[in-house]
Amino acid sequence: MKHIKVLMFGWEFPPHNSGGLGTACYGLARSLSKADVSITFVLPKRLDGLDHNFLKIVFANIRNVKMRGVKTLIHPYITADLYDEYLRTAPDSELYGLNLFDEVRRYGLQARIIAREETYDVIHAHDWLSFRAGIEAKRVSGRPLIVHVHATEFDRTGGHPNQYIYDEERRGLFAADCIIAVSQHTKNVITEHYGIPDDRVVVVHNGIDIEDHHRPLPPALEHIRAAGKKIVLFVGRITIQKGPDYFIKTAKRVLEFDPNVLFVVSGSGDMERQIIRMAADLGLADKVIFAGFVRGEELQKLYRAADLFVMPSVSEPFGLTALESLANGTPILVSKQSGVSEVLTHALKSDFWDIDDMTDKIVGTLRSSGLRETLGELGARDVLHLTWESAAGKCTQIYNDLLRA
Amino acid sequence: MASICFYFQVHQPYRIKKYRIFDVGHDHEYFNDRSERDLNNEKILHKVAKKCYLPTNKLLLELLEKHPEFKIAFSFSGVFLDQLDEFSPETLKSFQKLVKTGRVEILDETYYHSLAFLYSKDEFVRQVELHRKKVKELFGVVPKVFRHTELVYNNELAKFVEDMGYKAILAEGADHILGWRSPNFVYRAPNVTKIKTLLKNYRLSDDIAFRFSSRDWAEWPLTSEKFARWVDAVNGNGNLVNLFMDYETFGEHQWEDTGIFDFMRALPRELLKHPDNDFVTPSEAAKRYPVVGEFDAHNFVSWADVERDLSAWLSNSMQKEAITNLYALEGEVLATKDARLIEDWRKLQTSDHFYYMCTKWFADGDVHKYFNPYDTPYEAFIAYNNVLQDLRLRIAGTKKKKGGLPALSEARRAGVNVPPKKTVKKVTFAKKKKVPKKQVAAKKKK
Repeated sequence: MKHIKVLMFGWEFPPHNSGGLGTACYGLARSLSKADVSITFVLPKRLDGLDHNFLKIVFANIRNVKMRGVKTLIHPYITADLYDEYLRTAPDSELYGLNLFDEVRRYGLQARIIAREETYDVIHAHDWLSFRAGIEAKRVSGRPLIVHVHATEFDRTGGHPNQYIYDEERRGLFAADCIIAVSQHTKNVITEHYGIPDDRVVVVHNGIDIEDHHRPLPPALEHIRAAGKKIVLFVGRITIQKGPDYFIKTAKRVLEFDPNVLFVVSGSGDMERQIIRMAADLGLADKVIFAGFVRGEELQKLYRAADLFVMPSVSEPFGLTALESLANGTPILVSKQSGVSEVLTHALKSDFWDIDDMTDKIVGTLRSSGLRETLGELGARDVLHLTWESAAGKCTQIYNDLLRA
Repeated sequence: MASICFYFQVHQPYRIKKYRIFDVGHDHEYFNDRSERDLNNEKILHKVAKKCYLPTNKLLLELLEKHPEFKIAFSFSGVFLDQLDEFSPETLKSFQKLVKTGRVEILDETYYHSLAFLYSKDEFVRQVELHRKKVKELFGVVPKVFRHTELVYNNELAKFVEDMGYKAILAEGADHILGWRSPNFVYRAPNVTKIKTLLKNYRLSDDIAFRFSSRDWAEWPLTSEKFARWVDAVNGNGNLVNLFMDYETFGEHQWEDTGIFDFMRALPRELLKHPDNDFVTPSEAAKRYPVVGEFDAHNFVSWADVERDLSAWLSNSMQKEAITNLYALEGEVLATKDARLIEDWRKLQTSDHFYYMCTKWFADGDVHKYFNPYDTPYEAFIAYNNVLQDLRLRIAGTKKKKGGLPALSEARRAGVNVPPKKTVKKVTFAKKKKVPKKQVAAKKKK
């Protein structure tokens, strides 16, 4: 196999990320760069330039990766309203697009300039905000384009897509020479809702860097555990996609059987206020704790403090947090409507809407140390084979196939 | 001389339905699934009776009539006989007809196909006695040979069963105990004086039970002529070929279209072609052949999985927790003298429940998954654990009837909660409020 040069349009890296996309881009890029692949990584540069400096540090000792920043206000979980808010407060606001969609177009044009300056064999773009950039790069270079779908508009909106975003995604999917989906679940969405033929979509499951989760850390929430309380954890953006409302409804039901449980919600998002109000209205003010957005070691400590991690996502392309929980030894209950449920054996699984089934499983788990141990131990073993090396290997194979064609 | 000893295990558990936390305290019927799922005991019994029991019984009767030398043995679990009684009396009759020929021996086992020997010797004895009684009642015979659940066996069991008066006991001819020695002789445990141990020839048994229809097997297709030649080869270096297997091999594990019935139909004739071959039942084998050596099983062996140990039922923490919790209730359950409650507790001892919780091979989609009516071992455990919660509540309920207030604290200890909407709960709450905690404690002291 020859050395391959990739022009990659990606997103924020941890710890400055706001969700799984950043973790995935980072994990994949890191493993690719260790293989015989060199990457020119194009990513949005935020106002203060902090991110860019950080990235230089992240990749300082890894050859094969070159960073190109583009000044823009977009980030992976942006919405039209959020963009308008950013624009109002941005220092050089005249630089950016009039609205989100104008900005996406502008980002694409910026990408074209970079695409002309760089040399590469393939183009690899992550999620819809970068699809236009990928298409522009393909146009100026004639190189094959791979679009990597980490989430679709159908997942994000619980089945009520914004027409503009849907069109953008569809345009990217049709322009691509190969589509990578992070799960069979996502592949199904792509073929059913976007009219893409089955054979054009390849599934490459995400991975996890286990070592990152095996570091010794001081325990968290000790006073709560010492009081004999059990902890059930939700980690994710508080948006319709992640099913936080189902989590709260299930909490209410579980407490009818076991009042000695604390529910911890870690994350932020557009439904935050609604969910806090919902918890209060159901009389759960002292039973549900909103921990806000937690990352890094603090998040790992939360996973370890919990007795069970619950991911009731309405539609979850993958669900990296579930792997993180298992890597930290905590058993999981995930919705059947998730990508991770395809790759995990030792996990509890429910339909996201089936509050009774989730209640039965949560109460069952909290009451039995034997069940928690078995799920925790075997689940932790389950994630060992889900590595970024394996994902990077599959991507390299795709690059090679495209270049031979 | 090579004597062929056929023993067939016939067992069906009472599978627990999808019993959820919401059912605890309301629904005491644990085994009455009526869905299309494989938890519906009646449905499964009818299916297996049609595919296996009835046609195989018919075939064996034909063979017994045709070959006066032909003999076989069965061991029926009590819960299987109960299900025949409940769902398929016709099948029971056809088994009785076989036994009436006088050339079909019945073995004893625990009524509930349990692992009670490992947790309560008293309960073990009670279940064996129940089984003897049932066999006598239905078939008019008293077994002389014992076979333990899933051929779980060790020296201690051999001794224990000898003291109960049995002449022989069956075990797996496990390589790690036999070493270079052959299973085709009669052995004895080192700590017994009389009882003989009959060892399963697992190669020849599994050729029929597991490999018969496997096209990856070099010997496929297996004909009765070929199999008879393998048995013939034992002459001169063995006395006895013990072919022990699940009865469901015929028609259920190996479907009719694999040719298993035709194979069996021709087998006695093929085996009898060799002048030195004959058929024996386990008790005849024990009587006829002398002990040639010691079979020393310090640890438990069984006929399950490649490990031939207890790991199919007792390897992960959930299995251990479930079975420990079950036997911890023994004293309280028996003290209730409530026949239905005691029977339910016993039905929960059936080893299959723990097998369904096995995580050993779960990922590979092999035999464990094939025989598991639950989607996952975790769901099997959760339903089981919920049932135990309900059982504790019922125990507390009977105490309440007898002794009044202490039952409340029992219920609380059982950790059972019932949604407030239901009237049952209200009654409990109302009583609880009337009696402050201190008073309850005071009454308890008295």
